[in-house]
Amino acid sequence: MERPERAATALGAQPRANGCSGATHGGLRNGYVRGLPAPDAQINHIVHNGGLYKRPFNEAFEETPMLVAVLTYVGYGVLTLFGYLRDFMRQWKIEKCQNAIEREEQKDFVPLYQDFENFYTRNLYMRIRDTWNRPICSVPGAKVDMMERVSHDYNWTFTYTGRVIKGVINMGSYNYLGFAQNDGTCQKAAAKVLSQYGAGVCSSRQEMGNLDKHEELEKLVARFLGVESAMAYGMGFATNSMNIPALVGKGCLILSDELNHASLVLGARLSGAAIRIFKHNNMQSLEKLLKDAIVHGQPRTRRPWKKILILVEGIYSMEGSIVRLPEVIALKKKYKSYLYLDEAHSIGALGPTGRGVVEYFGLNPEDVDVMMGTFTKSFGAAGGYIGGKKELIDYLRTHSHSAVYATSLSPPVVEQIITSMKCIMGEDGTTFGESLQSALVLTSKLQLPSKMGAFGREMLKRNIGVVVVGFPATPIIESRARFCLSAAHTKEMLDTALKEINEVGDLLQLKYSRHRLVPLLDRPFDETTYEETED
Amino acid sequence: MDIKSTKNYLYWLFCQFELITCSYLMEPWEKVLFYTFNTTVLAMVAYTAYIFFPVHISTAFQFSPCPQHSSSVYRVTAQLCSHPH
Repeated sequence: MERPERAATALGAQPRANGCSGATHGGLRNGYVRGLPAPDAQINHIVHNGGLYKRPFNEAFEETPMLVAVLTYVGYGVLTLFGYLRDFMRQWKIEKCQNAIEREEQKDFVPLYQDFENFYTRNLYMRIRDTWNRPICSVPGAKVDMMERVSHDYNWTFTYTGRVIKGVINMGSYNYLGFAQNDGTCQKAAAKVLSQYGAGVCSSRQEMGNLDKHEELEKLVARFLGVESAMAYGMGFATNSMNIPALVGKGCLILSDELNHASLVLGARLSGAAIRIFKHNNMQSLEKLLKDAIVHGQPRTRRPWKKILILVEGIYSMEGSIVRLPEVIALKKKYKSYLYLDEAHSIGALGPTGRGVVEYFGLNPEDVDVMMGTFTKSFGAAGGYIGGKKELIDYLRTHSHSAVYATSLSPPVVEQIITSMKCIMGEDGTTFGESLQSALVLTSKLQLPSKMGAFGREMLKRNIGVVVVGFPATPIIESRARFCLSAAHTKEMLDTALKEINEVGDLLQLKYSRHRLVPLLDRPFDETTYEETED
Repeated sequence: MDIKSTKNYLYWLFCQFELITCSYLMEPWEKVLFYTFNTTVLAMVAYTAYIFFPVHISTAFQFSPCPQHSSSVYRVTAQLCSHPH
């Protein structure tokens, strides 16, 4: 636990007047201006932040109209009533009970299925279950083949008709840069490695599972990110949940964003550190928490915290917002805490050369203590990585649960990552990297529970596959539809998709926005990823 | 054709009602139950309004600005309470 501290203090050892190092390009003397505006003014303007942002950073999120919120509650109220009715009927054996219940002998024990989540699952999720877990039977590229299935008992069981719905436009896969293919340079390289190394590694990293491919990958990732060293893991979720406990423990403080991913939340809880939540992307809230932590220390003993770790993500996939990284880094330096940046969605997608949100804001990768990311989204593979100082990564190699116990990455997957990363960096001789189209993740608020199911079904009828998200991934009254555009989509596909979405939006009355035109951000389309909540 | 577009519009309105009250998600027997309940309640409300509306309006107009004898108040309330319903 000592090494990362030493590494980080070595980094921030040069004291500056305002506590920041002017480490941005062009020698811009930026810093955290002390007289920050009042908490009620969420100012994004460049002037007030003392030049932290190189260009205007505007994010416009519209509030939901009151009528829609009321109607959402009406819908949920009706469903709750019917849920109670159905539960009553199941209890009194009027209706066949198809969900899991306790056995007769366990009836007097603590009840297992009485909480709200199980009630929700039985009575709402089951009704619209056919819009999720749809089996696909081809590579998840721009178009995908889906297996058709029907249910004769209202989604409790499914049977396959045997038919395959071909050519469904795929708006649900995280195939941002189009690397999910079954032919091409990546596939050929992966096939070659497969014939050389096989598919399984049969060991964990620390035992016999450390291949030369893994070393090559880690060197490449470190070079890609601009950090000293990196380590790759087999699963992106496990990278977060298994490494945060290795970095912090009891007596440390974690400041986590409201809308952090489940893997970060799980990792934070597993570590045993104290967790405090700050409002989503709200720097005043974060600063207040930092001040309180420094001034008051640990709750009862008033001792100073051993470590303060700020957990943020590069892009929040549900909300569609980008983290205010310059401000977070300025705060981190002022209060001498550490930053853990999860770039699952932003690596490969943001920044002029795809190096992520750090490059997007033009900051120094050394400012972020722990840079984490996944290979699932932009690289078309699986797994995650952590990058940072050499001492930190060496520490993680011995102390991370994932390194000690989990099987290492499969060689063909490693080769896929290596090839795609080289492609993005432009080192394989093609100009693919320069002509990178951006990735876009758009979320559209559906709100009403029935519209979730209706939207998914209507879109599939029109041969477009989308992902709808509801509770518990989002707050219960805010269900959304998420569209992931990728570089593999052609203009015709996007036009078709837009036309169908427009049609379904009119049909289901999804156009809640009061603006005539959706307020576009003032960044060019093909340079960055941006998010907006529309319709 | 005007009839067709009106029918389409009414069907679309019915679909919106289904979506808002989540009867789109219900099984057929649940829908029957729900609609029966709703129509019964609406019918009762309509009937009550039909019966009581004229009496309430006339009562409201009786209490005009010029002062009334107190017995008339009793007369009117007796009228309301004893109304055969």
